[in-house]
Amino acid sequence: MTAANNIENQNNKNKQEKMTAEKKQQKFNQNIKKTIKTIIFWGIVLAVFRYIFPDRFPAAISMSSRYLKEMILVFPAVLVIMGLADRWVPTSMVEKYLGHNSSFKGKFLAVFLGTLPTGPMYVAFPIAAELLRKKASLSNVIIFLGVWASLKVPQLGVEIQFVGLKFSILRFIFTLISIFIIGLLMEKIIDTSEFTGAE
Amino acid sequence: MIAVVINISALVLVLFSFFKNREKSKQALKIAVSKGLGLAPQLISLVAVIGIIFAFLPPELIKEFLGGEFSLIQVGGAALFGAVMMIPSLIALPLAGSLIDAGASYTPVAAFITTLTMVGFVTIPVELKELGKKITVYRNGLALIFAVIIAFMIGVFI
Repeated sequence: MTAANNIENQNNKNKQEKMTAEKKQQKFNQNIKKTIKTIIFWGIVLAVFRYIFPDRFPAAISMSSRYLKEMILVFPAVLVIMGLADRWVPTSMVEKYLGHNSSFKGKFLAVFLGTLPTGPMYVAFPIAAELLRKKASLSNVIIFLGVWASLKVPQLGVEIQFVGLKFSILRFIFTLISIFIIGLLMEKIIDTSEFTGAE
Repeated sequence: MIAVVINISALVLVLFSFFKNREKSKQALKIAVSKGLGLAPQLISLVAVIGIIFAFLPPELIKEFLGGEFSLIQVGGAALFGAVMMIPSLIALPLAGSLIDAGASYTPVAAFITTLTMVGFVTIPVELKELGKKITVYRNGLALIFAVIIAFMIGVFI
């Protein structure tokens, strides 16, 4: 019986994987189309621009190509790091390590796990809710959310490249301090028993 | 410089990953490519817009509007703007850099980046559903206030 169940589960799983793969392929094709359309659109705009303002065209092109060059220098590497993190750091690991830790170690872990280059914000909210249900302290969860949103490692690389090292370091320090204050303040104000009590 | 660091780290991580698990690494690279393609249209548009804007707007004009000293209301405005906008930070950061290159002050840019990442008006429905009204309101409200403080601190220290 268990064997039959296993086979059934396996079949369902394969089906699901196949469906998500198809969906991904569709999205992939859509994005390629969108990229090509964007290139054509801006190509036309630039051609018109060149026709109407021939004297300003070189300035525009030199500015654009400067930024294009900087982007090509950092973006592929950043995306590769994000892709690797997506495969090697599953969100279940985040839950495992943050669930029952309190005090200093928990806060340190919250910061560390938040900076890892994992998914967008809307992925973090369900994780945060799950952590609260598992009785993680509210301050740790808020710190985790804040760091996840603002202080991701590959984004810091892009920030240093485009805005500057000093700015990035200052923003990192002040933001981290602010996130800790917000977390501790909220823990004082809000009662989280509705999360742990309801289940 | 930072570009070298990022590229070397990426290379080391990829090699290590392939050494550990071929299949996983292939999937990771696929994710990177599809993410890149998702961002590409916006990045291309950003590059084009930066070129056109800077061909027309002399830096002096940007300096006049976004440079110099800032009042609390102006920085608050930049923070609110960041809160309601839904721009991926990978797009917003080069944009912010271009404004600073053109002479904008760090203070409003810092407020904008901080709320853009920390406060999400667009993601509030998800946050409400998952974490409830109280946490959502306090978290976003406090983040908005602290964004202004962070911005002024950066303005002082930079």
